[in-house]
Amino acid sequence: MTARTLGKAIRTAALASAVAAAASMGGAAAAKNTIKVAIVTFLTGPAAGPFGVPGKNGAELMIDAINAGGLPGHSKGFGGATLDPVFADEAGGNSKQVAEYRNLVEKQNVDAVVGYISSGSCMATAPVAEELKKLTIVTICGTPSLFEDEPRSYVFRTQGSAVGDSIAAAHYVTQFMPDVTSYTGINQNYAFGQDSWKFFKQAMEQINPKAKASSNPQFPKIFSGQYGAEISTLSLDRAELVHSSFWDGDIEAFVLQALVRGFFDDKRFAAVVGDSAVDSLGAKFPDGVLIGTRSRSGILIRRDTTDPLNVWFIKAYKERYGAYPVGPSYQYAKAVHFLKLGLDKAAAAAGGFPTQAQMIEGLKGLSFNSVDGKTAMALGGGHQAIHDVGYGFTEFDKEKGEPAATNVKFYAAECINPPEGMLAEEWVDKGMPGAKCD
Amino acid sequence: MQLAIAILLDGLSFASYLFIVSVGLTIVFGVMKILNVAHGSFYAWGAYLSAYLITLFSDMGYPNWFGFLLIPVATVVVGLVLSVIIERLVLRRMYHQDEVLIVLATFGLFLISEDLLLLVFGVNPYFAYQPMAALGNVRLGGISRDVYSMTLSALALIVAVACWWGLTRTRWGKLISVVIHDREIGLAMGLNVGMIYLAIFVIGAMLGALGGAYIAPTISVSPGFGIDVIVLSFAVVVIGGMGSIPGALIGAVMVGVLRAMAVHLMPELELFVVFAVMAIVLIVRPEGLFAPAKARTI
Repeated sequence: MTARTLGKAIRTAALASAVAAAASMGGAAAAKNTIKVAIVTFLTGPAAGPFGVPGKNGAELMIDAINAGGLPGHSKGFGGATLDPVFADEAGGNSKQVAEYRNLVEKQNVDAVVGYISSGSCMATAPVAEELKKLTIVTICGTPSLFEDEPRSYVFRTQGSAVGDSIAAAHYVTQFMPDVTSYTGINQNYAFGQDSWKFFKQAMEQINPKAKASSNPQFPKIFSGQYGAEISTLSLDRAELVHSSFWDGDIEAFVLQALVRGFFDDKRFAAVVGDSAVDSLGAKFPDGVLIGTRSRSGILIRRDTTDPLNVWFIKAYKERYGAYPVGPSYQYAKAVHFLKLGLDKAAAAAGGFPTQAQMIEGLKGLSFNSVDGKTAMALGGGHQAIHDVGYGFTEFDKEKGEPAATNVKFYAAECINPPEGMLAEEWVDKGMPGAKCD
Repeated sequence: MQLAIAILLDGLSFASYLFIVSVGLTIVFGVMKILNVAHGSFYAWGAYLSAYLITLFSDMGYPNWFGFLLIPVATVVVGLVLSVIIERLVLRRMYHQDEVLIVLATFGLFLISEDLLLLVFGVNPYFAYQPMAALGNVRLGGISRDVYSMTLSALALIVAVACWWGLTRTRWGKLISVVIHDREIGLAMGLNVGMIYLAIFVIGAMLGALGGAYIAPTISVSPGFGIDVIVLSFAVVVIGGMGSIPGALIGAVMVGVLRAMAVHLMPELELFVVFAVMAIVLIVRPEGLFAPAKARTI
C-alpha cells in the first residue's frame, strides 16, 4: 500500500466512524423498519395461567393489530416501524430477572422492554434499566415505591399503583357495604400485598372511621397454596369483611379451600385483584364477592358497548384465544398501545424514526385512551400512570353460563391518587386533600 | 380454648400432609443414601395426574366421590412409571458416585420434570375440588372445617403404621434392614440389593405421589408448586433425622403445629419458626432428633 492510498483509507475510515458516531448519539432521525421489544411476563410457575399468559395474549394481540394496521382508529406500525417481540419468562425470582434483563438489553439488543407483573420483579429491574439507560414500560406491578423511592428517567408504568386500588376499595366498601364495622385482611407477604393492606387500612381510617381494623391480619408467603390455618384464623377473627389482594393461583386456592369450609357464609370477602379467578373457577366462584381488576377492565367492563376500543379488544381476543380478556390482558395491551402512541408522537416531531431520548420525551406525560379507558401519565414526572379504578360484586349469570359483575362503580383517577410530588402515605394521612370525588 | 383447638387441628392437618410427602424422602435416604431432590417431581406429577383425572371424570358426569378412586390410580401410575424410569436410567448408574453428584443429578431431573409438566399439562391451573366437596364440612371448635383435610390425618396414620409394620414385621423389612446397615454384607449374603433399591425407590416415589394426589383437590394445581413442598420436606427430615420414619413423623408434627401457632398468634413469623427450629436442631443435634444409630465400620 502506498502512502497515498493509506492516507485515503484513513480518511475514509475516519469519515465512516464520524457518521456512525453521529448516528449512535441519536443526533439524526433515521428510518427504521423494525424495533425489537422484549415482553416479559410469567410463562411458567403458578402465575402463568391466571396472569402471565393472558398478559402475553393481550400484548401479542395488540402488537399484531398495530403491525398490521388493524387497531381501530390508529395508523399502522410503531412510529412507522414493525414491532418484533421477544417473549421472556418472569418466573424464577428477582435475581434471575435482573440477569435476564441484562441479557435482553446487552446480548439480545432489544430497543425497549415491556412487562413485569410482580412488584418484586419491577423493583429489582428498575435500577438496572436506569443503569443500562434502556426504555422500560412496566405493565402491572403495583407497589408505589417504584416511583416514590426515587425518580426514574427510563422507566414508565402504565398501571396505577396499589394506592389507587386500595383507596377505591375503601370508597366502594363504604358505599356498597355500609353495614361493615370491622375488617381484616389476607395478603401475600411481599411489597404489593403489604402495600395493598397498608393503604386499604389507611384509607378506611379516613373514609370510614367507624369500621375498625383487626389486629391480626394474615400475610402468608406468596404462592404458598395452602391456607388451612389462615382460614381458621380469619374465621376466629370477629371482623366481618376480609380484604385480599391475592392474585395468581393463590386466589383460586384460597377460594376453593374457603368455599368448602363455608367461609363465605360467615364472612364478606373483598378480592381486589381477583377477576382472573372468577373466570377460571366459573360457577364455583361464590356470588357476592367484592371483585376488582385494578383498572377499567376485565369482568367489570365485559358488557360495556360504549367504548369501541374495548368492544374491538373483547371480540378480537375471544376470537383468537377462545376466552374473555382479564385484567392482565388489558394491562399488557395498554402498555404496548402506549409505546405505539409515544413512538408515533416522537416520530412525528423528529420527522423520522425517533432516538430513545426522543421516544422518552414522546411518552412522558402522555394522556391517552386505550382498551381500558383513559390513562394519564400524571405522576413520577410524567412516568407513572393514573386511571379510574372500579369494583363490583360477583354474580354468576346462569342464563349465559358465565360470570358477571353487578353494582359496578368506577372511582375517578383524581379521586384516588395523590397529587404530583406528594407521597401517597402522607396524602392519605392528611385526609386526601384535593381529591376530586363525585 | 377455641384458639388452642384451632392451632392443634390446623397443625395436625398440615403435619399429616408434610409427613406423607417427607416419609418417602426419608425412606429413600435411609436405604439408598440418596438425597432425592426429584422427590418434588413425584409430588407434582401425582397432583397433576390426580387433578386431571378427577376433572376429566367429573366432566363426564361421574359423581364427586368418584375422585377418591382416582387418587390411588394417580399415585400408583406416577409412582411406578416415574420411579422405574429414574432409577433404571439415571440413579442405577450413579450409586458409586459421590453423594453431591447424585444430589445434583436429582436436581437436574427435578428441573426437567418441571418443564415436562408444562409440556404435558400446560400452564393453566387445574381445580379438582370434587372429592373435597363430596365430604362437606363440620363445625369443630367454633369454626367450620372441611372433612377432607381431616381425612388427611387418618391417611397419614395409615401410612405411618404401614411403614412401621412393613419394616419391622415382614421378611422384606428385615432384608431392607440388612441393606440399611451394610449394603456389602447384604450382597455377600446373596441379597438382590439392586431389586431392593428399586422397590424402595418405587415406594418412596409412591408416597411422594400420594401426597400430591391427595392434596390436589384442595389447591390450585399449577406449575412450580412442587418446589415449596420439597423445601419443607427437607426441613422435616432434617429435624427428625435423615432416614428415620419416627423422626419424619415428629418433625412433621413440630413443623405443622409451630407453623399453625405462628399463623394464629404472630403471622409474620410463619416461615421463620419452621427454619429456626431446623437451625436449632442442626446446631444442637446435627444428625437430627431421631437419626438411626450407625454401626461403626472397622
